[in-house]
Amino acid sequence: MEDVICTFCGSVCDDGEFDTEKKKVKKFCRLGSSKFAEKQRIKAPMIDGKEVSYETAIEKAAEILANAKKPLLYGWASTANEAIRVGVLLAEKLGGVYDQCASVCHAPGTLAVIEEGLPGATLGSIKNRADVVIFWGANPAEAHPRHGLRYSISAKGLLVKDRKQRKVVVVDVRPTKTAKMADMFVQIKPGYDYAIISALRAIISGNAEVVPSEVGGVAKEKLIELAEIMKKAKYGAILYGLGVTQSRGRDRNVENAIKLIQLLNRTTRWVIWPMRGHYNVVGAGEVPAWEVGYQYAIDFSRGYPRFSPAEFSAVEVLKRKDCDAALIVASDPVAHFPKIAVKHLKQIPVIQIDPYPNMTTLLAKVVIPSAVYGIEAEGTAYRMDCIPLRVKKIIETSYWTDEKILEEILKRVEKLKG
Amino acid sequence: MLWIRNGIVVDPKNKINAEKMDIFIKNGKIVEENEVKKEECKVIDASGKLVVAGGVDMHAHIAGSKINTGRTMRPEEMRVVRNIAGKFRATVGRVLLTAPAIGYEYAKMGYTTSFEAAQPPIGALHTHEELDAIPMIDKAALPVFGNWHLVFKCIEEKNMEKLKALVAWAIERSKGFGVKVVNPGGVEAWMYGGNVKSLDDQVPGFNVTPREIITWLIKANEELGLPHSVHLHCNNLGVPGNYQTTIESIKLAKGFSNAKRQVLHVTHVQFNAYAGSSWRDAGSGAAEIAKVVNSMDNVTIDMGQPIFGHATAMTGDAPFQFSLHKLIGARWSNKDTEVETGAGIVPIGYLPNNPVHALQWAIGLELGLLVDSNKVALTTDYPNGGPFTEYPYVMAMLMSKKMREGELSKVNAYVQKATGLASIDVEKTLYEVIHMTRSLPAKILGLENKGHLGIGADADIAIYNLNPLETDTSKEFEKVYKMFKSAEYTIKGGEIIVKGGELVKEVYGRTFWVDATKKADIQAVMPDIREYFNYYSVQLGNYGVEERWIKKPARIEVV
Ligand code: SF4
Ligand SMILES: [Zn+2]
Repeated sequence: MEDVICTFCGSVCDDGEFDTEKKKVKKFCRLGSSKFAEKQRIKAPMIDGKEVSYETAIEKAAEILANAKKPLLYGWASTANEAIRVGVLLAEKLGGVYDQCASVCHAPGTLAVIEEGLPGATLGSIKNRADVVIFWGANPAEAHPRHGLRYSISAKGLLVKDRKQRKVVVVDVRPTKTAKMADMFVQIKPGYDYAIISALRAIISGNAEVVPSEVGGVAKEKLIELAEIMKKAKYGAILYGLGVTQSRGRDRNVENAIKLIQLLNRTTRWVIWPMRGHYNVVGAGEVPAWEVGYQYAIDFSRGYPRFSPAEFSAVEVLKRKDCDAALIVASDPVAHFPKIAVKHLKQIPVIQIDPYPNMTTLLAKVVIPSAVYGIEAEGTAYRMDCIPLRVKKIIETSYWTDEKILEEILKRVEKLKG
Repeated sequence: MLWIRNGIVVDPKNKINAEKMDIFIKNGKIVEENEVKKEECKVIDASGKLVVAGGVDMHAHIAGSKINTGRTMRPEEMRVVRNIAGKFRATVGRVLLTAPAIGYEYAKMGYTTSFEAAQPPIGALHTHEELDAIPMIDKAALPVFGNWHLVFKCIEEKNMEKLKALVAWAIERSKGFGVKVVNPGGVEAWMYGGNVKSLDDQVPGFNVTPREIITWLIKANEELGLPHSVHLHCNNLGVPGNYQTTIESIKLAKGFSNAKRQVLHVTHVQFNAYAGSSWRDAGSGAAEIAKVVNSMDNVTIDMGQPIFGHATAMTGDAPFQFSLHKLIGARWSNKDTEVETGAGIVPIGYLPNNPVHALQWAIGLELGLLVDSNKVALTTDYPNGGPFTEYPYVMAMLMSKKMREGELSKVNAYVQKATGLASIDVEKTLYEVIHMTRSLPAKILGLENKGHLGIGADADIAIYNLNPLETDTSKEFEKVYKMFKSAEYTIKGGEIIVKGGELVKEVYGRTFWVDATKKADIQAVMPDIREYFNYYSVQLGNYGVEERWIKKPARIEVV
């Protein structure tokens, strides 16, 4: 089978080949291939560790959710839009909280969009046109291994034909694998992104004299050199990662970077875009945006959606003990959330829907295994640049899809709630 | 089966002007009296009430990455609560509405169809996902062609067969409805910071001009026989002096003809009807444009009427959005899209006291009043000019000089000298305004079963608590406004979805798409498409939307 789509990272490579006999995928990177390799799965639905039928597990899940005053529905970055949509409807019906993985990674970028907008482009535009690409706090060589080949570093474009015609710059706190592939590496002191962006803005707007001889561990000459590269680019792109959103300054870093892009566009063309992690973390924000108006941290307890990241993101809700049940879909908060949040998860009934066992499985009261989108089920996912792709079903399974499981839960919840 | 009794029907397509009539509905269609068993019919007593076809919005931005980016960028827009969850979905939104809110608000107003006016083909699946999430109405989307490298290539080669094949292929792949053109050539120029300024500027990197792009696409569109004509967003949008470019573009329709409909629809003309050389001396070019449109029988336009208050500019015209961001210092989102198109989004508000905004407001109305009612459809270019929920305001304004005088007294006086609005005595009749919001947009789009109440039409009907025989629309404008805001009944496909202005039932409409692949030799363009896909970031095999992915597809085959 051709044109198989990888449902691992935000690159959503769609050029794989699947050998149905050997059950192996070709062309994908190590990360992508490992997703297609056989892995340990949750064997059957479980309640309190005992295997039960799908119906029984779903019945129990619906009962827990319908009886909860304010359930938290969290995860969503590694499932399809069709499932996410039902999840949003369920959160609305339950008067619960919808939150997704972005709230612990790229959400500061979303806050920056609220302040300044997002002057961006699709990955195809970058591949075809960008003669300068800056990876800022992002390390695609390890996190999105084929990104460079398909869209950025060495991608063969229409107007920028190859690696030789493209300048690659890496700004990071340590020499990453990506940095080794770059034409220029700017090593900065941790937490100095904001200051460096400000310095670049000053230089580009003709106020270099206000910049001290060194900013965030970078010599002024080097910053001037970088600013020159940026000004001379015909079409430049900043692709930023968690290094920017999760270091000191967070959303303000991104906001500052967007202002830099606005400035550059006065004289040439530049775009900026986040390097999103999971294969459909973008969908986990887009779907609720059109259904209920916001991307994450959405509370429905008043019967209408309210957005407040400082209040309704999963970690905050758990920290405050402001939820009395949790539904975790395609995610592992136990492994990733701060201890204090996990502590509350241990005290409330948790329902997990996931193809694979993880730390969260260990404390879930109800566990419902699901089919893997892109391998056992088809559905829609949004690549990191918001380009939609229909991921495919390439092998048969008896596992139910997230969409079906959630629909069945919703149906029962509607009955229970009247 | 439904029986609407004793209503006072206004149905311009069938030349019915305020006649007392009964209407019968079976299987979602309007049928002859003898086709229903009256004793089995649910009866709606419409005595003394206005009965018209459901409204058809031919140009709005209701789905896809543009409006969704708008929502993400503007949470302040989402803080107006319209409906609390219960029997119906929770809905929010001031001007930018959530998908369910869009469906609900159209329905409450008696509108039953709306078209998304611009979608990048590569993002079509996103547009369709959002269209699928909108309840109550029928819908469709127009893919954009005016800056697509492949289109340029076909035109450079002067190969009409290829261009037709490309258009048919792309519409099929995107499950789109027709050919949208946005600032032809200008968006490609924007990829390197530029724009095009005249119809004869060369598109950077290509041996084509906007003039050629428009005429070639009209020709391809006509030879394919698509239901809708080319749908053009002109060059120089938002630039003082642009009315001349608009007139020149309109004249490109000369030499083409189609017995059924226009061959060129020029959209949201208000944004392209400015005289003067800068915003300091800007004036109205509406009268000149109206003269030209009225003198031709193959061009239609829509208003793009601004509404005072909040709005959000969002178009495929990426360079314009950047200029707007610079001009007003507002937030700015942009999306360059592969080798196809671009887009931009900028929040904006229209203030009565701002001379430019007042000018825009007046020009929209001038166009609505001065252009023949058979050639101008009512739009706000939602959400560019403002919310579609204010269509009743525009309807009332068109019908009442008195209302206009009242409104004029509240806006910046600059309008008095820069436009002719104050001296326009035209008062459109109810019949004309019903035409501009129903039968005309349906005709412009080529939707034969929409916008009228003849036998065989879709049973999309609005009943308003307004007796046309006893209402002086010129004087009783407040009543007219109020009545059109909130339908007494909205019937969609034969089902009552709104009663007394309140939602009573949730339904999902169809998504129309056009299949013209039999009218072209698709193979003629496949080698080029294959070659071009080296420059896409998706595989050709993964490009596009399959019919089965859409909730309720309605394929219209062109033969
Ligand atoms: S780069 Fe990402 S999407 Fe592509 S094959 Fe590797 S893991 Fe999959
Ligand atoms: Zn528009």
